[in-house]
Amino acid sequence: MDIQIENLTKSYGPQKAVNNINFDVKTGEVLGFLGPNGAGKSTTMKMITGYIGIEKGDIRIGGKSLTDPESNFKQHIGYLPENNPLYLDMPIIDYLEFCAALQGVEKTKIDDRIKEMIGLCGLNREKHKKIGELSKGYRQRVGLAQAMIHDPEILVLDEPTTGLDPNQIIEIRKLIRDLGKEKTVILSTHILPEVEATCDRILIINRGNIVANGTPETLRKQAQGNEVLKLRIEDGDVETILKSLNALDTVQEADLVHREENLFEVQSVAQQSSKRNIFNLCVEKKWVLTELTPLETKLEDIFRNLTVN
Amino acid sequence: MHTIWTIAKRELATFFDSLIAYIILALFLGFSGFFTWLYGNDIFLVGQANLRVFFNIASWSLFFFIPAITMKMLAEERKTGTLELLLTKSVSDREVILGKFLGSILLICIALTATLPYVITVANIGNLDNGGTICGYLGLLLLSIAYTAIGIFASSITTNQIVAFMTALLIGLFFQIIFGVLAQNFTGSLGQFFDTLDLQSHFESISRGVLDSKDLVYFLSITVLGLYLGEWSLSKRHIS
Repeated sequence: MDIQIENLTKSYGPQKAVNNINFDVKTGEVLGFLGPNGAGKSTTMKMITGYIGIEKGDIRIGGKSLTDPESNFKQHIGYLPENNPLYLDMPIIDYLEFCAALQGVEKTKIDDRIKEMIGLCGLNREKHKKIGELSKGYRQRVGLAQAMIHDPEILVLDEPTTGLDPNQIIEIRKLIRDLGKEKTVILSTHILPEVEATCDRILIINRGNIVANGTPETLRKQAQGNEVLKLRIEDGDVETILKSLNALDTVQEADLVHREENLFEVQSVAQQSSKRNIFNLCVEKKWVLTELTPLETKLEDIFRNLTVN
Repeated sequence: MHTIWTIAKRELATFFDSLIAYIILALFLGFSGFFTWLYGNDIFLVGQANLRVFFNIASWSLFFFIPAITMKMLAEERKTGTLELLLTKSVSDREVILGKFLGSILLICIALTATLPYVITVANIGNLDNGGTICGYLGLLLLSIAYTAIGIFASSITTNQIVAFMTALLIGLFFQIIFGVLAQNFTGSLGQFFDTLDLQSHFESISRGVLDSKDLVYFLSITVLGLYLGEWSLSKRHIS
């Protein structure tokens, strides 16, 4: 099921939490919702899941507007809210049964679904405990299990991996990736490696506005511009090397970074790569090329550039 | 309807899991039993084979205990954030309110059923007025749904259970005592107005065995108004 968000706006008092944003999410896509604290991620998610009303604009799920009283959109959405609220005094199985019943899972199928979820989320060892007795990581799994209990076509996960240990994080990310093949997944996070590991597309939001939208690669390309290479060339005079590098026609600028270690940084002309030319130059002059590393703009840098100020 | 029942069942299960139900049942039975059988204007002092004494005491116990039952219903869910989880399932605000309402009413019904031995005892002592007894229980039930609706509304406006309890008690106090006192102190149409609002007089007329549609309408209007306000207070999240 696709989600279309059109001119969505929501303000709390004079402050605009979400300001006229537009985006689509398609089936089989994992969308990473990225932004600093208070950027409007959770507010947007709350509107998609129908917890808070839409002030202006529209959200359409499977072509139907949420404001249409006939659309029972909540049945198609599985939602893991921020901070993962749960009924701590309920046993896990009772809780999952309650959620399944509310989401309209057929009575005869409830038991099977619960078993499946317990297996999928790795809750088997703890299944007879009360939720309040579980550690944070297991509670997070219960939160995921309740979101998926009715096999929804859309999953909205607000910071799904907080509180998990590194092994669990990897498992949950894999789970999200697998789910994302058939379902529509929106997940919010401020852990950047998580986005790269799980998401097909990134949406960066800052102060209620979308500041970037694209795959991790396209964002990186946009932010990076020209190719930057880190080089170490030995067996030659530093000044000569620098001069020769600057003389190459694909090189825009070559700098000496570290004299003793013969480290250089080379920026190429737009849309061109200097790797081959540098290699050929070294072969020709009998210099030894001991290091050639392309410097990638990290997602962190993109994020900082777009959201700081 | 199915959703309302699911929510009500969960509420009831939570009551019994967390001991609240047992404490409330024990206190309700202890309190009403003590004043019915052992102390003050008890059944032996009155010397009549009816349960008028019990109905009077029970109405006061319910007045105190219902806010204790309803106080956590929405306040706690709001505080822990589970309200968000609940309302993003495929349920409407109204179903949540009605489910919680039904859950507490069921607990109260269990408490009232547990007083049936009183009826059997009195029936063995003398000639019990069956119609009057049934009306008395009906009166208690009507009073309970009104106070439960008030309690749920009070719980919906705050995240603090104590505030919810106090608010419910305060609103209840008006119906239980204050309107009655005002009715005695004013004459004419104003006095009549307060008399209409006084819950005790409506309750007494039912528990005396007089079934008047006026009283039914009175209790049902408080209930509907309380539940409606509760729903309205939940829906306020959409506009803030």
